[in-house]
Amino acid sequence: MSSTFRGIWVIAYRELLRFARERTRIASSLLMPIIFMVVFSEGLKRQIGAFTAGVDFVKFMYPGIVAMSVSINAIFSGLSVVWDREIGFLKEVLVSPLNRSGVVLGKALGAAVIALFQSLVMLALAPFFGVPVTLEIVIKLIPIVFVLSLSLAGFGLLIGSRMRSQQSFQLLVQMVVFPLTFLAGVFFPVNNVPRWMEIVSKLNPLTYGVDAIRRIFLAGEVSRLPSGSGHPIIGVTVFGHTTTTLEDVALVGVLGAALLIGAIFSFNRQV
Amino acid sequence: MTKETTDEQRSDSMRAKSAPSPGAPVITATRLARNFGRTKAVKDVSFAVEDGEVFGFLGPNGAGKTTTISMLCTLLKPSAGRASVAGYDVVGSRAEVRRSIGLVFQDPTLDEYLTAIQNLRFHAYAYGVPKSTRDKRIRELMTLMELWDRRDSSVREYSGGMKRRLEIARGLLHHPHILFLDEPTLGLDPQTRHRIWRYVLDLRRREGLTIFLTTHYMDEAENCDRIAIIDRGEIVALDRPDVLKDSLGGDLVTLRTENGAAALKELSTRYGLTGSVEDDTVSFSVPHADEFLPELLRTFPLRVLAAGVRRPTLDDVFLALTGHSIRNDRASSNEPHRRYVGTPGLRMQIH
Repeated sequence: MSSTFRGIWVIAYRELLRFARERTRIASSLLMPIIFMVVFSEGLKRQIGAFTAGVDFVKFMYPGIVAMSVSINAIFSGLSVVWDREIGFLKEVLVSPLNRSGVVLGKALGAAVIALFQSLVMLALAPFFGVPVTLEIVIKLIPIVFVLSLSLAGFGLLIGSRMRSQQSFQLLVQMVVFPLTFLAGVFFPVNNVPRWMEIVSKLNPLTYGVDAIRRIFLAGEVSRLPSGSGHPIIGVTVFGHTTTTLEDVALVGVLGAALLIGAIFSFNRQV
Repeated sequence: MTKETTDEQRSDSMRAKSAPSPGAPVITATRLARNFGRTKAVKDVSFAVEDGEVFGFLGPNGAGKTTTISMLCTLLKPSAGRASVAGYDVVGSRAEVRRSIGLVFQDPTLDEYLTAIQNLRFHAYAYGVPKSTRDKRIRELMTLMELWDRRDSSVREYSGGMKRRLEIARGLLHHPHILFLDEPTLGLDPQTRHRIWRYVLDLRRREGLTIFLTTHYMDEAENCDRIAIIDRGEIVALDRPDVLKDSLGGDLVTLRTENGAAALKELSTRYGLTGSVEDDTVSFSVPHADEFLPELLRTFPLRVLAAGVRRPTLDDVFLALTGHSIRNDRASSNEPHRRYVGTPGLRMQIH
């Protein structure tokens, strides 16, 4: 076990060191969600407002943007594997006595910590967009962001372990990420769309991540609305059952564990 | 994953100094072979490297040098045969082998976005170098490699020679028993090459290292205690460099005369020498050519237009053994496993 644990922390340490040394990466990972916020909240406020009955559109969308940027960044952490392979550094890692499970989990942990940092910065900016943030929200959000980013890092690492060039990684990931984020209820509630889209959205694991984060933010708002068997804008209703926050997180976590195990197997096959 | 369990049972600060008993070879290869599809990159190679030796693999590009070193370093599984390094089997005890060796690859494997010292620290953590010796060891090796003053520079800003020195320092951080150097001076200028060699030989003296290296530079091979000459996946000779050169029968003499064929005939009847003719120039080997040549010239019936003497080089040995020169890149074109397709990343899997 000691070799696994050492692998986790050594690799995570280097991921963070790399992140800290790359100012463009820090800047771009923070700018992207801000641009999304400004463009979408200002541009769509009037048009989409109607979907999100009873809740201000910006307040509805903000948690979605947090979930989306955490996810995208976590998935792109897989790019670091491809990059390491291209510069040769992966060889240094693979010939070391570190065990492969540790290497994969370390990469995922590094990505999760970076995602956490990013979401905290976004929370700090939330008041500027008119989204209130309380300490309770911050505390509840941390574990959710952590699970979500570990899971999606698993997805990124699984792809990264198989890709030989950064271009092919980026192409493939973008092809997957865009439909994934657009059909995850970031911009509109998934319970209120055409049937086919509803099915796709509810099969999309990211939907549950978005919902979990949104529930934390909108807990106060929703309780003020007339209650019924679920609410049109929060909770994902599957076969008549509306998920709770815990169920959302558990679902994402189980899927993430499967993806990470897949990534470990894929890594073990190398060298 | 199962391979790693043995490694987990070992303690963190394990230095793997214990394995080989004194006098026993530290590396042995027995009928080692590796195929890539239908290409036989290494065929049936056997050798043993003694403790404390500088052992070189000399051969042209594509001869199977990197493939052999990769098998010894657990990066490639042999298709046939066995090898042990520091007393551990390269297939059965991968983690132990990895802990006992330092590796410097042909292609750089540094993280250029980190500083030099961060690269070394990463390595020290990864190999579990104990905290008590870590910083001292890093400083000692960086000072030795004359990099200490530049320890906080990004590796990006390093020159090719500095990078190579940093990689050698890194390879030694965890006190390995054996240092593997794959073409350690490839692409470096002669001055830098010379310097790297000074460091390597210095290190051997200080640390009692065994060094296994591959090269296609003849002058570099001269620094080795013993060399194995490898061609098309086979060892064609293995001995001390001077013994190999002496095996050619002494110094190499070239004579340009009015008639090459006649000159060779004369040499053969008078002195029993054999040689080769190219146009009007005869080449042959003879011991102590410096004494032989004046004697020859005094009585030689043909007019000698030019005469030359030189000590044989390892390239001459190679030429004599294989019929082609080490310098031409013949081999690289018929060794498909070394032709890289696509991105540089592929290299890792291929060789």
